[in-house]
Amino acid sequence: MSATLTLLHDGRSAEIPVADLANPTIPAEALEETLGWDLQPEGLCRGVVCVPVDQSALVRGDGLDLRVLAGALQRPLVTDEKHAVASLGASHHDRGDALNSLEAPDFTLPDLDGNPHSLSDQRGKKVLLVAYASW
Amino acid sequence: MYEELADEGFTVITVGIERSPDDARPWIEKARPQHPSLIDIEHLVPDLYGMINVPTVVWIDEEGRIARPNDASFASNRFKLLTGLDSKRHLRRLRAWVRGEAPALTPSEVRKHQDLPTAADQEARAEFTLAWWLSREGHDEDAEPHYVRAGELAPHDITIRRGSMRTRGLNPMGLAFLKLAIKSVLTRNPLYRPLKDSP
Repeated sequence: MSATLTLLHDGRSAEIPVADLANPTIPAEALEETLGWDLQPEGLCRGVVCVPVDQSALVRGDGLDLRVLAGALQRPLVTDEKHAVASLGASHHDRGDALNSLEAPDFTLPDLDGNPHSLSDQRGKKVLLVAYASW
Repeated sequence: MYEELADEGFTVITVGIERSPDDARPWIEKARPQHPSLIDIEHLVPDLYGMINVPTVVWIDEEGRIARPNDASFASNRFKLLTGLDSKRHLRRLRAWVRGEAPALTPSEVRKHQDLPTAADQEARAEFTLAWWLSREGHDEDAEPHYVRAGELAPHDITIRRGSMRTRGLNPMGLAFLKLAIKSVLTRNPLYRPLKDSP
């Protein structure tokens, strides 16, 4: 009856126990541990930011309905039941607000040897960020 | 370029938008760059910065703020005939900015030139992420409809459409790309979108 859902989010993946892959709910702990949100009486909260949510739709059994959750956070959710995987994209509002703030989004990526580098390591320098590809 | 300006409080960060480090390895090993040369197999940087093709360049100032947003510019004029992009113009501006001879753009100009992602763009990225994972797990057949859907949601997103071609058994330098390029002209959905500031 129990299965494991691979949740792809924010460039990472998490393995989350779910009861029903067709209609996945995630444990309340996973909401906080994985996505950094917390369910409060006023809605879904992260730090000082809260977004309203229909809690009667969100809370199902002992879990949270992943689709309702994604909808409340305005994040796209695409699932593949056969392979027990779901992709939770970023909200276009979040991306747009971040870009509009003009603060360059930080990231940490590996070089060829696997050593991680962050954009923020270069604070104090002018940076030319170049995205390229071999294709 | 990097060597010339490295002493002036400047660095380049290159990010290869690839399937695996091995796709970028020959390029990086040949260039032997002194600056961070990173690999992004999850398309994280295109998602964070709303990039829809490569090459895309962004200027970031000493405080970590975007001084000039997404621009299409190659490092040389090798592809000028094909793309219509003149790299000299960008390099000239970049030099002047790094040396403090000319400002970048004002914050309001940066915002004006930013093309912020839409809900469909982000849904396309979620579809692509799912397809990418399925491909990596060996489920190419089940990945395909998600690649197709991503392309329908964001037909202008070349990082998704061309970036997934090799994985899907298509040639990103061949007929599949030619079709994409012709369609982009017919639908006035340009492949390369250079920033339209004054020369």
